Amino acid sequence: MNLRVIGANKTIDPQNIQNTNFGHPGVRKVTKNGVAEYDVYIKAMQFAFQPGTGVPITLPANAKVTFHLTSVDVIHGFEVVGTNLNSMVIPGQIAKFTTIFPEAKSYGVICNEYCGPAHHVMEGKINVIPKSEFDEKYLVQ
Amino acid sequence: MTFLKKYPKAAKVAKANFIVAFIALSIGGLFGFIQALHRTDVFRGFINSGQYYTVLTGHGVLLALIFTTFFIMGLFVWGVTRSLDREPENITFTWTWFWLMVVGLLLATIAILGGLVPGSSIRAAVLYTFYPPLQAHPIFYIGLALVIIGSWMAGADWFRSYLKWRKDHPTERIPLLSYMTLFTMLMWYVCTVGVAIEVVGLLIPWSLGWVTKIDPLLPRTLFWYFGHAVVYFWLLPAYYVWYAILPKFSGGRLFSDSMARIVFIIFLILSTPVGFHHQYADPGIPLGFKFYTMSATLLLLLPSLMTFFTVIAGMEHGARQRGGKGYFAWLGKLPWDNPPFVGCALAGIMFAAGGFSGIINASMNINIMIHNTLWVPGHFHLTVGTAVALTFMAVSYWLIPQLTGKRLKFKTLALIQPYAWFLGMTLMSNAMHRGGLAGIPRRTAEPQYQGFNFHAVFGSVTEIRWQIAIGGTILLLSLILFLWVIVGTWLKGEKAEHPVDETIPEPLSGPEHTPAILDNIKLWLALAIILVILAYSFPLWNLVKDGIFSPGFLPRPS
Repeated sequence: MNLRVIGANKTIDPQNIQNTNFGHPGVRKVTKNGVAEYDVYIKAMQFAFQPGTGVPITLPANAKVTFHLTSVDVIHGFEVVGTNLNSMVIPGQIAKFTTIFPEAKSYGVICNEYCGPAHHVMEGKINVIPKSEFDEKYLVQ
Repeated sequence: MTFLKKYPKAAKVAKANFIVAFIALSIGGLFGFIQALHRTDVFRGFINSGQYYTVLTGHGVLLALIFTTFFIMGLFVWGVTRSLDREPENITFTWTWFWLMVVGLLLATIAILGGLVPGSSIRAAVLYTFYPPLQAHPIFYIGLALVIIGSWMAGADWFRSYLKWRKDHPTERIPLLSYMTLFTMLMWYVCTVGVAIEVVGLLIPWSLGWVTKIDPLLPRTLFWYFGHAVVYFWLLPAYYVWYAILPKFSGGRLFSDSMARIVFIIFLILSTPVGFHHQYADPGIPLGFKFYTMSATLLLLLPSLMTFFTVIAGMEHGARQRGGKGYFAWLGKLPWDNPPFVGCALAGIMFAAGGFSGIINASMNINIMIHNTLWVPGHFHLTVGTAVALTFMAVSYWLIPQLTGKRLKFKTLALIQPYAWFLGMTLMSNAMHRGGLAGIPRRTAEPQYQGFNFHAVFGSVTEIRWQIAIGGTILLLSLILFLWVIVGTWLKGEKAEHPVDETIPEPLSGPEHTPAILDNIKLWLALAIILVILAYSFPLWNLVKDGIFSPGFLPRPS
């Protein structure tokens, strides 16, 4: 999987999260040069990822996926176990990185920065499915 | 004349610092053992998983901040006094910084241990990195600030001694023990500016409710401005022992005085502008500055390799004096039955291993594989947990007799102790590194999840857990041996005219061969400050230009 080390991106005003894409987090489809790509907006909070915890994040294999992460309370981590997708999720900042999942597979997601007394239960799931099976129902409505 | 007889005032100060250090070491070490059993799910009866983070904070603060700092203060009081041949200039001032640090440590410890009392509002389960918006009780931050201010005063104490000495010795070279002390303290001044601004300027007003909101990335960045240099604040005193004293333990002499000075200069210059390598995975830090930091970090391998070769050359000289021959056979002639030597030598070997995993941490892209995984504590239990801690324990076997006037007791136990530490750490640390490669996170009470399982790259997760638990248990036993020997010597040791050979032989290449520019304190300090400004001015400006407390978040109880 390709991943570049993340650098500076945008800050986000904590009062106005509802009016951004993080107000309706989830997977969005964008078409660039006629190719479908995906943006995933994820909101981290004590002690869940939204989406990810409860509702898994479903993504197509072999497509460009850009993650956008922010936190609404304390500093969290976002680690896709067994991969090199690993980022801090810092309140006020948006972490952004792009990857391609090469095969259909299910991944565990964990918070790897201490975030409070129930930190150890903060986990989620990414289900990567074949491109052919991916459809509108996995996108944010 | 023994140190105790010649400098009774300094001996008392050094002893007081060592007592505090060893109490912190015993509590912090016990906490580490509890964690090793808890997170591996071998035994979870001591605490519940919510309390784990209080215990983890105690482990980090008491060992990484309190044990190290107090031990270093004691070691430096001993070294400055001895090498300048002067008692502290004003003993009231000296005791003032000591007691200020003790008050600070007690406040911080009360805040942490309050977390184990059900319903207590005094808590500080924020770990030793205390990232906001998680908030601790104000006395936690105030206590930490007092410890830092006390350490600044201690540094001022030694600079004062040095300046007084300089008046009487206008042309002499700075004696090596004092040189290393002064350069370590200069680095400490440069790096603690960051954490002082963070704690005093941001966290204390915020924890007292004078300001309601905090911008999480700013204090985090200020913490890491300090947070990597602090590891060299722990390490340089170990280097101080390896350069100045270890050659003597091996029956030899320091290979080169100038090499030691050059190494300390490089650490002064490069220790602080590398903090961003703890923030490779952070949004909001520009990529170019992460790259600059990586380059500076990799340059820091140079002084460690120089130390490695210089110290081994001194040891080889010792072994050959004792009849050692051949390319490697001389190693067998080293005093492997002498506790201070064994502790320092095994600490050095572990440091080499820690250096290798450190190179991986320092490299931007592969760091992402192991960031915030168990790999990271696996790494620093080799560096601070062994290279530093084991060296400190080893040199205590030589220093405590000097300071108490008593012969070391239980020499066999003292000899088993470093070997036991080495064995325990080998088990625990290799397993932690491999656990990190499997993605197992650090700082987690129960790294067992509902939706998936970790897969070890080699070995198995079960075996990794058991190695951590067994290794942690052996480390606790080793720590008990150490405390047994030290407390036994202190209370029941036999008084002697010369309880230990205190002499330190002259280097093979002494200060007469050392270029004078190496003693130019102002030049090297100025260079250090310039490099810090290059690394930090732009990113910090970026963080504060929208307002120091903005984007602002409300505190969360820890």
